[in-house]
Amino acid sequence: MMRKMLIVDHSRCTGCGLCELVCSVNKGGAANPAAARITVVKWEPICVDTPMVCQQCDTAPCATVCPVQALSRDEELGRVTINYERCIGCRFCIAVCPFGAMGFDPVTRKVIKCDLCDGDPVCVKFCEPRAIQYVDASAANAAKSRQAAEKLADLMKRVAVATSA
Amino acid sequence: MRDQKIAYIDLSTGEVRTGLIPEKMRRMYLGGRGIDVYLLYNHVPPGCDPLGEANVLTVSAGLLGGTPAPSSGRCHLGAKSPLTGLIGSSNMGGFFAPELRFAGFDHLVITGAAEKPVYLWIRDGDIRILDASHLWGKDTSETPAAIRTELGDEDVKVACIGVAGEKLVRFANVLTGLKNSAGRTGMGCVMGSKKLKAIAVRGTQSLPVSKPQEAFDYLKRFTDMIQDHPIFKVFSKRGTLMFQDDSDMIGRVRNRNFQFNQVPDGRSLYSENTERFSLGMAACFGCPIHCRHRYVVPEGPGRGTYVEGPEWSTLGALAAEVDCRRMEAALVGNYLVNKYGLDSLEAGSMISWAMELYEKGIIDDKTTDGLKLEWGSEAAVYEMIRRIAEREGLGDILAEGPLRAIEKLGEESRYYNIHVKGMSSLHTDERPTPPMALGIATSTRGADHLRSRPGVDANLLPPDVRDKLFGFATPNIDTYEGGGKLIWWHELMYVISDALGTCKFHPLFMSPSTLTFEDYANLAGWIAGLELSSEEMVDIAERIYTLERMFNNREGATRADDTLPERFFVEPTPLGLGSFQGATIDRQKFEDMLDEYYQAHGWDKEGVPTVETLARLGLDKEPSRII
Repeated sequence: MMRKMLIVDHSRCTGCGLCELVCSVNKGGAANPAAARITVVKWEPICVDTPMVCQQCDTAPCATVCPVQALSRDEELGRVTINYERCIGCRFCIAVCPFGAMGFDPVTRKVIKCDLCDGDPVCVKFCEPRAIQYVDASAANAAKSRQAAEKLADLMKRVAVATSA
Repeated sequence: MRDQKIAYIDLSTGEVRTGLIPEKMRRMYLGGRGIDVYLLYNHVPPGCDPLGEANVLTVSAGLLGGTPAPSSGRCHLGAKSPLTGLIGSSNMGGFFAPELRFAGFDHLVITGAAEKPVYLWIRDGDIRILDASHLWGKDTSETPAAIRTELGDEDVKVACIGVAGEKLVRFANVLTGLKNSAGRTGMGCVMGSKKLKAIAVRGTQSLPVSKPQEAFDYLKRFTDMIQDHPIFKVFSKRGTLMFQDDSDMIGRVRNRNFQFNQVPDGRSLYSENTERFSLGMAACFGCPIHCRHRYVVPEGPGRGTYVEGPEWSTLGALAAEVDCRRMEAALVGNYLVNKYGLDSLEAGSMISWAMELYEKGIIDDKTTDGLKLEWGSEAAVYEMIRRIAEREGLGDILAEGPLRAIEKLGEESRYYNIHVKGMSSLHTDERPTPPMALGIATSTRGADHLRSRPGVDANLLPPDVRDKLFGFATPNIDTYEGGGKLIWWHELMYVISDALGTCKFHPLFMSPSTLTFEDYANLAGWIAGLELSSEEMVDIAERIYTLERMFNNREGATRADDTLPERFFVEPTPLGLGSFQGATIDRQKFEDMLDEYYQAHGWDKEGVPTVETLARLGLDKEPSRII
């Protein structure tokens, strides 16, 4: 049963790409955002940055199309993992991933994806604006719903003030 | 350390040659601004015309650029400056330098001039010179968009010039992203003179990290420190604009050019006003500080455009100095200078100078072609920005920078221009703070704070903590004695930051929790595998700064150039709290401070490095042409 999941709040992202950098160093021992398991997609003209990372889908298209069953779900950590002993490097998984989260390391020439750092994601540790968080699956929507509720509560207060005056 | 390359690109012949950087050079100069000044001293022919083919443009990534060193996204540009005739040296944030490193290059040495407009396309070890005729005339946001489309890659990082660079405005900037720019000393003008519209770069190669765990542990401590630090808590939300609040309150900003040191009813320019327009904060490469705003231009020219900024310096130059007291003036002005590709500090300073000349009757409607250059006129400021960039009328004169514009507008105008070595001073008033005044006087690139400004909170620390931090007795910021050594120390500290390619916002906030020479030495070891002691770091910094001095001396600079605008000595500050009011710079005490400063560097009374200093730093055989 999966306990925690990686969630991304795009509105908090400052676009620094430290997640990409530390991911690449952690996985490959060298700095290279192109080899990271997470990608910050930038729309420079409209000031938007969006970190894109594997969603660890329940019904994962990458696993479905893999001709050699190299991709499988790990229910303990709630992730999809690659068995490199089976992987033949056909890159079908890259073609079908709806998020572009299946990557290809240009240096090692292997398919790569986020493995949640075995339950302790490095990107989360270094994300100062907390755009990427690793939270209990049951609480994935908690922050967002509290945020919305606060707005409502604020509104209610103003209504109360207006009617009492 | 992987074999990062240096590329020599001759735009006259189209020849491209690459080479490696020997470890010996790394141990002497690190990278970034360090290797950069070595290249300038060795490749720029003495006395050359800054706008001629012989001038050299250098683009440098720091030794730690693009790595887990904190905020390692800085890029350094150099050339002989068309503004000052001395060393051109400018630094920008963003993502350009890391991308250059991922593409395999640390340094570019660009010589000659193309016949037709070109841009460079650098991709994973490969460099091409491509036609840019269709890009000539485009602004600084249209240019990268067009390049990305034609190269078919949205992740290409671009550094480019705007119309101001094409028209050889002597303070044109080089811009990357929406606002990160190498503004000072006219590097965009040099690019324009070489018909080089842009440099596009994309890299997917790896930079080895010698000791990843140590680097990570340090980065983690640093990031945690940022989150808890009282200054960064505000800085990360309001950016450099936060300095307007306390600086205006005590009286150390420029208003109406240099007539007042506070903005009347200046609260409308305080950083609290950012809350009305900020869409959130943006960061440079790998930086947890994220100090710049994202916003939509709220009105006027460019209304509805998404942009980033403004920095405090831009607010100072385009609002406080010209006495425009609405935050919106800074937002629109920031958009305009970036669109055209102008240094905001220089543009604002030149416009506020012209406004004072207009007020005093030294220039009139005839010179301005009818434009009412009145204090607080936002429309006049916007129009002057455009005229400078397009080189129209008075704009064409101001586009020449202080030295040449003074000659054109006459001797009467000289006193009102606030410049050092031909570069306009920034938006602060240094009369109440003698060491800071010394810093803008000695800066190798002309009046500027980013060469040596002592940290903001250092002054609030108890003297014993401060002395421990610097390693010697330090003065209060409103006194002279010890000021020379204080500035010397900060010059060296900032050099190291620029040579490593990290951001000066770490040492700038000199407090017991930010980076020291020892931290920098450790980072060089953990990441680049370059084992150095903190003493060796100080020597490297001294070598780099002294070589910059040698470049300037070779171009004819002397002690007489390490001075301040006359107004600093004769006009007391009219406003401000406590010692900030009624302050002037005392000539004799200033000269004494300068002596102390030269002595700290190991230079003689004329500001010439002594024979012993040259030998100690290994500079006695320069130019040595190793790279």
